[in-house]
Amino acid sequence: MSGKLIGRSVTRLEDPPLLTGAGCFAADVSFPHQLHMRIVRSAYAHARLVAIDTTQARRLPGVYAVWTAADVAHVPPIDFRLTRIDGLEPYRQHVLATDRLRYVGEPVAVVFADDPYVAEDAADLVEVEAEELPPLLRADQEPGEFAHGRRTEPAVVHKEYGDVDAAFRVARTVITLDLEIGRHSGVPLETRGAIARHDRARDVLELHGAAKVPHWNRDQIARMLGRAPATVQLYEGHVGGGFGIRGELYPEDLLVCVAALKFGRPVKWIEDRREHLIAANHSRQQAHHVRAAVDAAGRILAIDDAFFHDQGAYVRTHAATVPDLAAAMLPGPYRVPAYRAVGHIRLTNKTPCGTYRAPGRFESTFVRERMLDAIAAQLGIDPIEVRRRNLIGAAEMPFRRQIDTLGTEIVLDSGDYAGLLNQTLKKVGWDTLQQRLRARRSAGELVGAGLAVFVEKSGLGPFDQVHVTVDTSGAVEVVTGAASVGQGVETVIAQICGETLGVNYKRIRVVHGQTDRIAYGLGAFASRVTVMTGEATRIAASKVRAKAIETAAELLQAPADALDIVDGRVVRADAAAGPSIALSDVARALAPTANPRPREPGLSAEGWFHANHMTYPYGVHIAVVAVDRDTGAVSVERYLVAYDIGRAVNPMLVEGQIVGGFVQGLGGALFEEFLYDERGEPVSVTFADYLMPSAREAPRTEVVITEDAPSPLNALGVKGAGEGGANAVGAALAAAIDDAIGRPGAVTQLPITPRRLRELLRKS
Amino acid sequence: MSDKREITLIINGRSYAVRVEPRRTLVDAIREECGQTGTHIGCEHGVCGACTVLLEGAPVRSCLMFAVQAAAKEIRTVEGLGSPENLNPLQRAFMEHHALQCGFCTPGFLMLVTGVLEREPDISDDELIDVLASNLCRCTGYQNIIKAVRAVAHDMRQARSTASA
Repeated sequence: MSGKLIGRSVTRLEDPPLLTGAGCFAADVSFPHQLHMRIVRSAYAHARLVAIDTTQARRLPGVYAVWTAADVAHVPPIDFRLTRIDGLEPYRQHVLATDRLRYVGEPVAVVFADDPYVAEDAADLVEVEAEELPPLLRADQEPGEFAHGRRTEPAVVHKEYGDVDAAFRVARTVITLDLEIGRHSGVPLETRGAIARHDRARDVLELHGAAKVPHWNRDQIARMLGRAPATVQLYEGHVGGGFGIRGELYPEDLLVCVAALKFGRPVKWIEDRREHLIAANHSRQQAHHVRAAVDAAGRILAIDDAFFHDQGAYVRTHAATVPDLAAAMLPGPYRVPAYRAVGHIRLTNKTPCGTYRAPGRFESTFVRERMLDAIAAQLGIDPIEVRRRNLIGAAEMPFRRQIDTLGTEIVLDSGDYAGLLNQTLKKVGWDTLQQRLRARRSAGELVGAGLAVFVEKSGLGPFDQVHVTVDTSGAVEVVTGAASVGQGVETVIAQICGETLGVNYKRIRVVHGQTDRIAYGLGAFASRVTVMTGEATRIAASKVRAKAIETAAELLQAPADALDIVDGRVVRADAAAGPSIALSDVARALAPTANPRPREPGLSAEGWFHANHMTYPYGVHIAVVAVDRDTGAVSVERYLVAYDIGRAVNPMLVEGQIVGGFVQGLGGALFEEFLYDERGEPVSVTFADYLMPSAREAPRTEVVITEDAPSPLNALGVKGAGEGGANAVGAALAAAIDDAIGRPGAVTQLPITPRRLRELLRKS
Repeated sequence: MSDKREITLIINGRSYAVRVEPRRTLVDAIREECGQTGTHIGCEHGVCGACTVLLEGAPVRSCLMFAVQAAAKEIRTVEGLGSPENLNPLQRAFMEHHALQCGFCTPGFLMLVTGVLEREPDISDDELIDVLASNLCRCTGYQNIIKAVRAVAHDMRQARSTASA
């Protein structure tokens, strides 16, 4: 199967091993003589660490060592990968707590034992003595003290353009909203895991269980441990879901490495679920106080947003990424002539935060679309009409937002936002739907519909590198610096390579997440792989194709421009039959030992793709809900996501991303929430407390994928598809619930749990 | 806790003589003592279902059982379904309907569905949702899992009615 592959819903290369139990996830990696690591975690939200007694733990048979901060004093705190801004450094996390405990779950000590059960027994015997301090649990409270002389507000993100104050002076109406987004996270089904092994024969430190950004993590681990990067190698196996949280550099990754070097034995750590829910990155929690200045027609003149970002106890690898994205992406698909966002990064005594699918956008789309609905309600204009009046027009593309994020200037590259909105409304039959809902409401039902429009971002550069090689069996290997977190990277890259080169995609092996196979790689985040790695693959495969045809032209005594590659054979494009040669034979003719000796041996090429700007897909969510008056439960009767991603390489996989993202968004909008009691004790520590949607809660989802606005920034025109399913779920469901209960603007807080909704219903 | 018991686990028709502590969970014994790592551990408190195996034909959470409780009983795991070159109909349906992304929860879903369809081949579409709601998936949003399972259930019913006709 070669020929046209891009745009086809072919089945995945990844599936056969995963369907047969042959996958290799972190816990499946084991080495002879390995030790098992267990973390002793703080039981205090905020305390002064007085003493740690490890005597009992050390005495337990099978225990090899017990460490506290003094044993890893040479390891610096974990640094920032993205969005480093001034003032954050002192708030980075050390791999083990030194003098203060700042959240329940913080690593305090660590046990190494021959058996994981024994390690866990020993961890229970480690006695941590601490003096409890009052916890700070709300980001919008008065800041407290992080450490001596350091407040819990390390920095403020500020983005502004236009004359905001002037716009508010001339505004016909000013609308003010206070909105909150709850604390939730990606929660992949596979917990984190890390297995370090020091190959003393070669002096190479290996870390298995890597994900997302193996090259960056390799460089950091090397720097932190004072080793040459070439002596540290990371290996990504199968990864049981990423969603932003998995694969960032965490204290546990360093601890297994330091221990493996110190003990000369492999060290394995597999997180349990309780640990995951209190120790791996949380996300999302923000409180916004937003104002909009509008004219009589509902056109936005300015938005002024002040928000408090609950960062948790430390600033981890993402630094200011989430509040920065929230501030930068809030204006979304609308013109907004003047804009100001002031985001207060605040530390609290809760689990530290990082990104989660559509970071900053799930939050700011909720804020912005709540505002659009409020404008509509206040001025008595239809919510869709208000949006139409404010959407950026297709003729205004590319549209410069005049603000930066992630080191790039936001330039909306292409899009027909109103066009997609119209298509989507037509697809759901909006007017008929409204009539039907009105009739049901008259009959006493609490049913309603809501809608949200959004712009996503994707394809973050600045580069990607790919090697494509055809070997003498005719098999193709594509070595990338990308990572796979289960989204189908191998298939998509193989489709792009296969179509470009003229090879069956099933003969293509795609390598990712192996730092010893390629010098550079940025991994998988920010919906970047299909755009960046995809384009680098296309460039490399084009070069291999040209080289194959050039070589074959000599071998076949045919003009190069008369040749094509079909199903792995170089053939004459102008004749049905005639001489042809397999790529395996071309590769043989290019061997360094071939006669005549090739100018440049090997049927292989390298492709580089550089990009200074992101691509911006856009979409519309429509929700139809019914609210149970007695229980406050929301049932989603219908949900539609329309998403323009420029070009879909594999529509089946794109749809999978959208539906999966939607159901995660549904969790964050209705069910999932990390809650704490007044002492800062986390209460969402099992899957019985942290409620993720099951097949029963997930409604049938309609997906419309459009390709009306290809990106001008890459040859295929693709934009990333990973985050649009999640982006606007909170916003659309809030609007639908408002409509169902007949109270515009009622929903001001996510998640909209039955308890909160019952309170709203009682107030009405 | 170090008193170990000698037991035999019978996994996919093969006997494994293992020595385990009484507290060792079945899933750990299947994975570590018997090397069958296709069965995954997602929560260790019986909610997510990633560790689902068939015990005497019934789906069970192998994280909530001790290995000694499964001694000498017939255990089936994902490794006992089809091979990569020869997927069984349920595995093939998962592939064709894109019912897996990261694949971590997949073995649990496959065993859950295998057990249920063997016992209740006439299960209704709505009852199937209740069954599938006993396991968690974080990638797919379930729609394609539901499609794949319904397709297989439908095909099985079709095949039976053809055979009995």
